[in-house]
Amino acid sequence: MVVRCEEVWREVSNFLDGELAPGMHATMEDHFRGCKQCTAVLEGARNVIRLYGDERMLEVPMGFSQRLHRRLEEGIPRRRGNAFGWMMALGFAALVLLSFEVGNSSQATTALDLRSDMARSGVHIPADLVVVAVSDGKIFHVPGCRFIHDKDKLQTMTAGEALREGYVPCVRCLKKYLSEGQRATQSEGQTAQLEQDPE
Amino acid sequence: MPETTASLENAGEPWNEEALIRRIREGEHELFYELIRPYERRVYAAALAILRNEADAEDAAQEAVLKAFKHIRQFRAEARFSTWLIQIAVNEARMRRRKQQAVVMEPMVKEQDEDGHYTPRDFADWREIPSETLERAEVRQKLAEALNSLGQKYREVFILRDMQQLSIEDTAKALGISVPSVKTRLLRARLMLRDLLAPGLGGSWSKALSFAKGSKPW
Repeated sequence: MVVRCEEVWREVSNFLDGELAPGMHATMEDHFRGCKQCTAVLEGARNVIRLYGDERMLEVPMGFSQRLHRRLEEGIPRRRGNAFGWMMALGFAALVLLSFEVGNSSQATTALDLRSDMARSGVHIPADLVVVAVSDGKIFHVPGCRFIHDKDKLQTMTAGEALREGYVPCVRCLKKYLSEGQRATQSEGQTAQLEQDPE
Repeated sequence: MPETTASLENAGEPWNEEALIRRIREGEHELFYELIRPYERRVYAAALAILRNEADAEDAAQEAVLKAFKHIRQFRAEARFSTWLIQIAVNEARMRRRKQQAVVMEPMVKEQDEDGHYTPRDFADWREIPSETLERAEVRQKLAEALNSLGQKYREVFILRDMQQLSIEDTAKALGISVPSVKTRLLRARLMLRDLLAPGLGGSWSKALSFAKGSKPW
């Protein structure tokens, strides 16, 4: 089988890529052995591939990888670790439990949402303590507290009822109980720490 | 990212893309860094082949990688991830190029009709150029100039196939063209570059690359 130079030029790229049928490949090899011109084309094309295939011919800009990763960090939402999730869940559960402990001590209750985001635990307030609260307010007080607003709308109830209704204790007139609560909480924390660390 | 590597090994899973992609889809987003790391260079090269500007190419590459993350659920396992990723980079770069079309300079080399035959201009023997030649910045510069002078469609194919070593099939998929088109364009690109660079055409790099003098070999 004989092949013309024009045909060789048309197929030289496929020859280099091994894309030709074995018969055509062998025919072209024969042709190259006897044709200097086509050999020059073949070797030139091979040099082009070799030179441009060198990594130095396409260098990524300095710091490219770092900038790419920074962009990804900004654009990809990162999943929070399991430990963090568990801590959040446990913290939330503890808050709910503490908020309703007083009510639970005397009778079964239905938990209500606290009326204030600033709620502090009323765990050490005696459930039968008489308190007052404004019906559409958030806080309950000891009667006579000078921080009561809208005194015309006051309702009288027990601390247990107030907590079940979602009211939160006034941090001024009921400070005594809240402070006791804080101290008790700190004390419990220390005890727990001692139990974990025998030394 | 050693921590990630350790976590993969601890999980007892094979270090392969399929497993990585599955875990990323399940929420381990940080593993995406590991997935794309081997292909950063190719993504950049694909964008550069189309945009011809380093800053634009880098921006397009970043955007393409982000898009790949956002659409990772659409990736089909029967395809190669690298090809899919490069396709996204090509599309992103083409979109940007269309926007800047008015200001993009036309290539100096006139593109031949794909159906026409290509006739080499010169048959002088081109002895092998040792790779050490590439240490010289001016040689790299001349090679880059020759590449930039190619028409867009030849340049894209040449960069993906000969500079990034994609297979002919993957090059076709990445560019959204047929395999015969890749082969034809690749032939033209290689022979045009050969004609531009072969010593003997003008006796020196500078003369050989003086395209604008009306002595184009095609």
